[in-house]
This record gives sequence, structure tokens and C-alpha cells, in this order.
Amino acid sequence: MTERPTHEAGWLEKRLPIVSVFRREYVDFPMPRNLNSLWSFGAFAMVALGLLVLSGIFLAINYTPTMADAFASIETIDRRVASGWLVRAIHMGGVSMLFATLYVHMGRSLYYGSYKTPRELIWLTGTGLLAMVMITAFAGYILPWGQMSYWGATVVINAVNAVPGIGHPLASWLLGGDGLGDVALHRFYVLHFVTAFSILGVIALHVASIHVSGSNNPTGVDPQGPDDTVPFHPYYTSKDGLGICLFLAVYAVLIFFLPNLLTLSDNYVMANPVVTPKDITPEWYFAPFYAILRAVPSRLGGLVLAAGSIAVLFAVPWLDRSPVRSARYRPLLKIALPVLFFSFFMLGMAGMHAPTAPWLWVSRLCVAYWYAYFLIMLPLLPKIEKTYPVPVALQGQN
Amino acid sequence: MIGGLLSKRETMTSDQPSSPSETEISVVESAPKRRDVLASVTVGLGCAGACALAYPFLDSLNGTRGENAAEDDTIEVDLSAIAPGQQVIVKWRGWPVFVQRRTPDMLAALRAPGLDQRLRDPASTIMQQPKDAANWHRSVVPEIGVYVGICTHLGCVPNYDPPSTADTSGHYACPCHGSQFDAAGRAFKDAPAPYNLPVPPVTMLTPNRVQIGKSKGDPGFDIANIQQI
Repeated sequence: MTERPTHEAGWLEKRLPIVSVFRREYVDFPMPRNLNSLWSFGAFAMVALGLLVLSGIFLAINYTPTMADAFASIETIDRRVASGWLVRAIHMGGVSMLFATLYVHMGRSLYYGSYKTPRELIWLTGTGLLAMVMITAFAGYILPWGQMSYWGATVVINAVNAVPGIGHPLASWLLGGDGLGDVALHRFYVLHFVTAFSILGVIALHVASIHVSGSNNPTGVDPQGPDDTVPFHPYYTSKDGLGICLFLAVYAVLIFFLPNLLTLSDNYVMANPVVTPKDITPEWYFAPFYAILRAVPSRLGGLVLAAGSIAVLFAVPWLDRSPVRSARYRPLLKIALPVLFFSFFMLGMAGMHAPTAPWLWVSRLCVAYWYAYFLIMLPLLPKIEKTYPVPVALQGQN
Repeated sequence: MIGGLLSKRETMTSDQPSSPSETEISVVESAPKRRDVLASVTVGLGCAGACALAYPFLDSLNGTRGENAAEDDTIEVDLSAIAPGQQVIVKWRGWPVFVQRRTPDMLAALRAPGLDQRLRDPASTIMQQPKDAANWHRSVVPEIGVYVGICTHLGCVPNYDPPSTADTSGHYACPCHGSQFDAAGRAFKDAPAPYNLPVPPVTMLTPNRVQIGKSKGDPGFDIANIQQI
């Protein structure tokens, strides 16, 4: 690195210093020296999102957003467009890869306290991104106009309609009329890529704020000096690079060997407004929230709980009163948080099963824990928790 | 490159230099080269991966496969309603196809002395027609002419000037850039169109019924293989 010219008085540099900014932010950028592989999941999410946008553009070229032709155009993409099956598999597999990555990414932030000051904005933009990804995924799922598309959309639109006050006008803006028809399908198509491209913009904010505050690390302690950091390149480029190779390998297995693992056969039947499929299951990444929706015997109650389970995430930086960031040094949180992860997993399982005896109670218990964790434990644990001593420096802390 | 890498590794591991300074020099010299190899291999494999990833996306731009194989794209045209000197335009594969019935005067005009010198390809040597239409009248039977009505210059549809008392030959003139063709679709030299009008595969089912899309006289003919549509 000593060989590098320090003087960058090029023609471009004087007018637009992108080269030196890139060097400062992505080559020499000081990173904590002790990041574990969970810190690579942000990079994975970027890769998954990039592939989703790319494959989405190529799908849009062959897709027709009308009730009469949408289903047939998807079949044409799968069967007759050259390599169309692969482009669509990359898109469908990418959604699962993105959600899985985001859930791990957020879980890591919760565990190591990455949402705490001065990183509140990173957490807020990140949670906002999750919500946007959910909206995009929902709108995208409607586009093939299969049975699950149609009935999933019907249920969600009726749910929006049930919101007192704003629900009805909101649903009307979405549908442009009463029914789920051509106008609505066209709007979901536009909504799908407008939110997708907006996500790219919010990611820019998300990443820019990371570059202001710097990355958190497993100890939650700020780097104390040059001995505590390493330059982004080659240390984390190679670490993230290796991680991305493994990530792509899993992604490829999903696409090439298990293409039907995460899809529902009912969605390969064209939408039929007079027949609801026998068993409605959401995509796995929506299953936890679907379980919350069904956990209480009240339409509005279920909606409030499901929407609230995401809304409460936005308040996390202010709900957690502990000055210690990392759960490594918080004996009680170290137990409470894995239980939260387990609850989320069990909610997902419950969402994939019929809401009867054992699973209904599992989902009730888990949603109760979800709220208890955020609204009771995060604010009150610091009052009784005896934290372990935090290290002064990062050296020797990997 | 790999040979160089191996020899450097040998230098580093097996050689026993006499003085510490020599060891230092050999390590300093070999370390950057070894890293360069790793970096080049990484970048190379990354590029290969990017190309492999680009393949399905670019391939998908080629559109749908097997569309024509699945559908019967032949059409039949009834000729009984076409009077001598008239033409009708039918649609085949989305293209306009001229079907004309020729008068004896038109046939005579196709063989008029001196005409060949004014045509670019009077004997249909360039592959713009099935084998059974590579003749002086550029059709299966002299009385019936069938041409894809797309100007070989830049793709407009030429207008048909039917035979009149002033000019009994009949010919085509393209409205876009003034290309000229005779009644057999042969391009004139003093106009921009470079090739004769394409002849689609044609089979005469009866004297008054023609099938477009299949050629009995040249079964292997594929319109996609001609010089220019």
C-alpha cells in the first residue's frame, strides 16, 4: 500500500472525485478487525437484490400485465423463452435468498446491538427496507396471476379494507375500483418495480450511514485506534468474497436442484375468482406474520398484531435502555434473544400449518413472547441485568 | 504462470541460502508474484462467472423457442377471384404477400429484350427464392406470381402498378425510397433495393388454389435462410 500514488490530480479527479472517494470508502475504509461471518450477510443481501433487479428486468420484457395474458406469459417464459426458465428461477429463488439473508442480517443486529446509538438510522432504514421488500414481494407474487396470487391478493386487500378509516380509500387507490381485475393487476405490476427501485435508493442511505458511523463488531465496543481496524480491502473484500461464493452455491442448489421446494403447485393453476384453493399457505417468508394474523379471533386484532410486530422493530433503538451493545456481555439478553429467534421460527412453522389446536397455541405463545421481548424485556432487563465487563480494545477479541 | 509459481515455491521451501539476507531477498521477490497469480486467477474466475451469469439473460432476449414448429403456418389462397393483371395481398407469418395473376402481356414483358441488362439479378442466382422459383418468371407456374411484399432496401411495402394500356408489363415501386421491381419482383439497377423480392415457399394445390408456407418443389427451403427478407 505504500506504493500507491498519494497524488490524484487527474482530469476526472478534479471534476468528480469518484476514484478517491471509492478508495477511501471501499479500499482503505477502516473496519473493525474482529468481524465474524454474520457481517457478510449485508453483502449477500446486495447480491441477492442485484440479481432480483437484473432478472426482474428481463422477466418484464416478456411479461404481460393483463388478466387474460399474465398467466400465459409466465408459462411462455418458463417453457418457450430461451433460458426463460432460468431467468425466472433466479428471480423466484432470489426472493427466498433475500428474505433468509435479511432475517439473519437483522438477527445479527439485534444480537450485537448494532441498532444502538450512533447507528439508529442504519436500523431505521434497514427496517424500512424490510417493509419495502415485503411490499415488493407481495406485489410481485400477484403478477403470475395463479390461484395463490389471486387469493393471496384478495385476502390482503380485504385486510387493508378492514382497517378503520383509511382502509377503504387505501384499497380503492390500490385497486382503482372495486374488484381485483385488470386495473389492479397493472397497478401491482407498477408497484412491484417502483418499490423495487426505491429499495435501491434507500439502500444507498443505509450504506451511507454505515460509512459515517462505521461498522459495529461482535464486542459492540468502538475501535480504539489503528490497531483495532484493518482496511476494507483486501481483508473484508476477500472475506465477503468467499462468503458470496458460498451464498451463490446455496442459491444455485436452490435454483438447479430444488426449483419446486419453495413454490406452491396451486400457483400453476390460473386464477379462478369462483374457486378458492383447498389449502392456502403463504410463502415461507411471510409465514410468521401470517401466523400472527390468525393468532387472535378478531379480524382487526390480527391485523394490528401482524402490522405491529414489524412496527415495533422501528422503536427498538429507543426501547433498549442498556448501554452495553453486544449480547456477549449481557447474560439475560443472551438467553432472551435466542428465545425470540426461536419464537420467530415457530411462528413460521405455525403459519405453514392449519390454525388448529397445537399450532394455534404455539402461535399465540410466540406472538406474546415477541411483544413481551420488545416492549417489556428490552426496556426493563437493564434494571436487573449484571453485565459482564466489556473489553477495552478489539485486539484478540475475534 | 503456474510453472513460475511452483518454482518460486520451491525456492522458498527447499533452498537453503547461506546468508539471512539472501533468504529475505528471495521471499521479497516471490511474495508479490505469488499474490499476483492468486489475484489474476480470482479476477479471471470472477469474469468467467459473470459471463456465465450473463448468458441466460442475453439468451432470453432471443425470444420464444419452437413457436413456428408448434403451429401450422401455412395458408391457402383461392385464385379464382383474381382477374388477370390483378393482385391480392395476403398475410403470411405477419408479412404482406403479393399474389398476382399475370396477363400474357406481362409474361411477355418479363422476357422483353434488353430488360435483363437493367436488372440486378435477372436469373435469380441470389438465394431469394425456393429452387422451383429460380426461373425466368420467378414462380412455380408462369401465370401466378407470389412474392413477400417487403422491399429489400429498407423494408417498406412496394405499391403495385397494374398493367395499363400505356404500360402492359406491370411493376412495383416502393414509396419510401423509389426502389423499382418488375412484375416478377426483380430489382432494377437504377434504384436502391439490392435484391429481388423474396419468393415464399409455394405449392399449387389446384390451378385455382395455392398454398403458401410449404414448397413441393423444394421441401428443404426455409425462408429464414434467404439472403434478405
